[in-house]
Amino acid sequence: MSTVLWILGAIVVLLAGGWVMRLAGQTLTGNKPFFRDMPLAVAFGYVLGAALLLFGIWYYFQPAVTADGVPVASVQFFRWAVQGVLIGAAAAFVFRLIGRTVGTAGSRKMFRQMPLTAAFGVLVILIYALLAIFAPALAPHGQEEVFGQANIVPGGNPALGGNPDFPLGTDQIGRDILSRLIYGAQNTVGIAFATTVLAFVLGGTFGFLAATLRGWMDQVLSRMVDVLMAIPSLIFSLLLITVASAWVSGFGLTVAMVVIIAVIDSTRVFRLARAVGMNIVVMDYIEAAKLRGEGLPYLIFREILPNATAPLLAEFGLRFCFVFLTISALSFLGLGIQPPLADWGTMVKDLSAFINYASFAPLAASVPLLAAGAIALLTVAVNFVVDWMLNRSSGLKD
Amino acid sequence: MSDFLVEMRDVRIEGRSDETWMPIINGVDLTLKKGEVLGLIGESGAGKSTLGLAAMGFCRDGVRISGGSVTFDGIDLLSASAEQKRQLLGKRIAYVAQSAAASFNPAHKLIDQHTEAPVQHGVSGKSESAADGIELYRKLRLPNPDEIGFRYPHQVSGGQLQRAMTAMAMACRPDLIIFDEPTTALDVTTQIEVLASIRQIVEEFDTAAIYITHDLAVVAQMADRIKVLLKGDEVEEADTRTMLSTPTQEYTKSLWAVRAFERPDKPPVATDATPVISVQGVTAAYGTVDVLHDVSFDIHAGRTVAVVGESGSGKSTTARCITGLLPPRIGTIELDGEPLPLDYRKRSKEQLRQVQMIYQMADTALNPRKTIGEIIGRPVEFYMGLRGSAKRKRVAELMDQIELPADQYIDRLPSELSGGQKQRIGIARALAAEPKFIICDEVTSALDQLVAEGILKLLARLQDELGLSYMFITHDLATVRAIADEVVVMKDGLVVEQGPKRDMFKPPHHAYTDLLLSSVPEMDPDWLTNLLKERGVDNIGDAAVDKMS
Repeated sequence: MSTVLWILGAIVVLLAGGWVMRLAGQTLTGNKPFFRDMPLAVAFGYVLGAALLLFGIWYYFQPAVTADGVPVASVQFFRWAVQGVLIGAAAAFVFRLIGRTVGTAGSRKMFRQMPLTAAFGVLVILIYALLAIFAPALAPHGQEEVFGQANIVPGGNPALGGNPDFPLGTDQIGRDILSRLIYGAQNTVGIAFATTVLAFVLGGTFGFLAATLRGWMDQVLSRMVDVLMAIPSLIFSLLLITVASAWVSGFGLTVAMVVIIAVIDSTRVFRLARAVGMNIVVMDYIEAAKLRGEGLPYLIFREILPNATAPLLAEFGLRFCFVFLTISALSFLGLGIQPPLADWGTMVKDLSAFINYASFAPLAASVPLLAAGAIALLTVAVNFVVDWMLNRSSGLKD
Repeated sequence: MSDFLVEMRDVRIEGRSDETWMPIINGVDLTLKKGEVLGLIGESGAGKSTLGLAAMGFCRDGVRISGGSVTFDGIDLLSASAEQKRQLLGKRIAYVAQSAAASFNPAHKLIDQHTEAPVQHGVSGKSESAADGIELYRKLRLPNPDEIGFRYPHQVSGGQLQRAMTAMAMACRPDLIIFDEPTTALDVTTQIEVLASIRQIVEEFDTAAIYITHDLAVVAQMADRIKVLLKGDEVEEADTRTMLSTPTQEYTKSLWAVRAFERPDKPPVATDATPVISVQGVTAAYGTVDVLHDVSFDIHAGRTVAVVGESGSGKSTTARCITGLLPPRIGTIELDGEPLPLDYRKRSKEQLRQVQMIYQMADTALNPRKTIGEIIGRPVEFYMGLRGSAKRKRVAELMDQIELPADQYIDRLPSELSGGQKQRIGIARALAAEPKFIICDEVTSALDQLVAEGILKLLARLQDELGLSYMFITHDLATVRAIADEVVVMKDGLVVEQGPKRDMFKPPHHAYTDLLLSSVPEMDPDWLTNLLKERGVDNIGDAAVDKMS
C-alpha cells in the first residue's frame, strides 16, 4: 500500500515539477513556441527523464564495496553496463568519423547520414565477422584445449584470483573462455547465417511463386505454411531434431538442425515474400512483362525480386537474430551445436551456475554473462542496422 | 485592421530534401476579402497546395514557412499558439481535400464525422449539429438527405462523398474554406454536380474560398479572381474575366492555348480494307457478372479510335479483352483478319508483339529498379533478339524518336525523370516491340496540360511516321477532340454511339453523349450558370445519368 502511495506522490511531484519547468521556460524564453505549445504530459516526460538521469549519475558514484569489504553487486553491474554503453558509443562515434573521411564518395555520404546506433551496429557486425573468419589466428588457445586450472575468474588480476594467461578466465573443465568465445563466433554465427540464407532461398522463392501464380498453387503452399506455423516453432524443432538424432550424429546432426530450422523459419519468410510480392504483381510493369510473354523465372527474379529487396533485407536481419537465438536456445538445451565445438548457447548453459555467486563475487558471476553478452550484443547490433535500413528504404520510396 | 480576411505577404516556404532546405514558394502575396473566391492554378509542383495550406498557417511535414506573414482576420497565424490555431481551424477555417474517400474515416458514419467539429468547438450540440448536417445535405442536393448521413463512407459514391465533405467543412459556418482539387478525381458528369453545389453553398453563406486546381475551365466557373503560379512564383493575378480574355504573361497564354491542339480529319477508310484490330460481339464477365455487352468496333491502319466513357463504363475492360488479360465470354478479337487466341498465354510471341499498351500511371508502369536502358532494351532483346551494342544502338534510336537524349537518360532510374518523361519511356517501350497497334489507356490524364499536349503531339507524329493504329481510352473530351479519328462512346459496358469524330461533336447525339459533351467545363465563366439555367439543377450529373437508365 505504501509503495502505491510513494509512486502516486512521485507522480504528483514530477507533474508539479513539469508545470514549473514549463512556466519557467515560457517566462525565460519570452514565450517561444517550444515551451508555449508544450503539453503538460511532455513537460512531465522531460522532468521524469531528468530525474532518472540524476538518479543514474548518483547511483553510479555509490561505493561498489561496503566498508567491510563486501562488494555491492548491483552497483558494480550498473557501472559495467554504463561503461559498456559509453565505450560502445565512443567507438561507434570514432568509427563513423573514420568512415566519413576515408573511402569513396558514396561510402562517405552513407556514413554522413548514418545515425550513431547504426554505426555501432555496423562496427559490431564487422568485428564479429573478422573474429569469425580469423578465429584460428586470433584465438590464443584452441577451442577444445583443456588446461589444468579450472574456474579462473576473468580480469587477469592474480590478486582477485585471475591469471594473465587467460584474460577472461577458464570454464569449469579448464578451457580458455576467450578462445571459446572467438570460436563461438565462427560456429554459432556461421551456422545461423547459413540457416537464414537457406530459409530465405526457400521462403522467398515459394512466396513469390504463390504471389505470381495465385490460384490453387497459392492455396496449397499457404495452407502448408499455416500448418507448419500452427506448431510452436521451438518445440517443433526440438521434436524434429530428436527424431533426426536417431539416424545421424555429430556433424550430420548439425546439418539436420540447419535444415530443420531453415524450413521452420522459411514459413515466416514465405508470408512476407508473398505479401510483398502481391503488392508488386498488381503493378502495371508486371502486366506489361506478362503481356510481352515473359516466363515465370524472369518475372520472379528480374521484375519482382529487385523491388522486394528492401523489406526482405530488413527481414533478413531480424530473422538472423531469431535463428541465432533459436540455435543458442537449442544448444542451451543440449540439442544444438554439439561439444566439443564452442558455442555461445552451450557456454551460457554450462556456466550458468556461477550466476548464484552474484551477491558476493560479481567477477565470478560475470562468467556466464560473457557468452550471453556476446549473443545480446550481436542481436542489438543487427537490429540497429535493420532499423536504419528500413528507415532508408522507406525514406527513398516517397 | 485591414479589410482583408486573409492577408499573406511575401510568403516564403521551404521544403526539406536531402539535408538542405529548398525553396518551394519564393515570396508570394495573397489577399482574400470576405466572401470572395480566389482560384489558384498551376502545374503540379507549382506550390499551389502548399500555398493553400499556408493560408491556414499550416505546413506539411518536412516543409516550413521561412518568411513573410500570414494574417487571418487580424490574427497573425505564424506566431499564433497551437491553442489559438486549434480555435480557428475547423471552426473558422476549413479544408476540403482532393480525395474525400481518403479523408473520411472509414470506421465512422458520415453524420458522426460531420458533428465532430461543431461539438469539439462548442458551436452546437450533437443533435442540433446533426440536424444542421441533414439540412446541408439537402442544400447540396444529396439523394436521401435524411438517411445518407447514417451510411459509412464506402456506401456512398465518390461525388456524393465529395459533397458530404463540403457539407462537413460548412458545419461550423467557417469564414474561409480551402478547396484542394475537390473534383479532380471525379468523372465529368459527377464533377459538374459537385461544382454546382459548392458554388451555391459558398454564395449562400458568403464564405471566402481558395480554390486550388489545375483545370482552367473549372476555375473559370468557380473563382472571382485567378492567381497563376509557376514553380513557386506568382505569374499573374487578375479577376476571372480579365484573366480569361486578356492574359498578359506568356506562360498564362500558353496555358490557355493548350486546348487548341487538334488534328485535321483524315480521309475515310476504304470500305473493303481489313481492320488492324476488330472487336466482334465481345461480352466479358468478372466472375459471373457481365461487365461488357456485345461490344463491336474496328480499328484501321493508321487510325485512332477514342473510347470514351465514365469510370465503370467498361473502357479498360475492353482493353483487357483485346490484350487477352480477360478472355471474353462470347465474341472474338481479330488481328489483321486473323482471330487472336482469347487468352494472352496462348498467343504466339509474334501476336503479343503486335499489340502493345501504354499505361495511365507511368509510375507503376515502369519498374522502379531498372534503368531506362534496361526498360526499353528488354523488348528489343526479347522480340528482336538484339544484344550488346546492337541493342544499345536500337535503344538510342527509340529514345531519339521520343525526343529524349539517350546519352543523358539511358542510365537513369524512372524516379529521376519527370512525369512527362516517364510517359515517353512508356511509349518507347511500346515502340520497341515494333507493333502495329497500341492501346493508350488514359495516357495523359495524370499529366499537366502542357505536358499532356506534348505527349499527344508525339503520339500523333509517331502515327504519321510509323503508320500505327491507336485505341485511345480517355474520359477527357478535349483529348478526343485533339487526337481521335473515330469515337466510341461507352456506358455501363455498352457501346451507346460510335462514328467519325466530326459527326460525334455535331448534333444530333444520343442522349448520353449529349450529357457527356455538355458536362465538359468550358473556358467561359458563364458556362455553368447558363447550363444550370438551360438544363435545371436536377438534369445534370448523376441525377441525369440515373434518369437515363
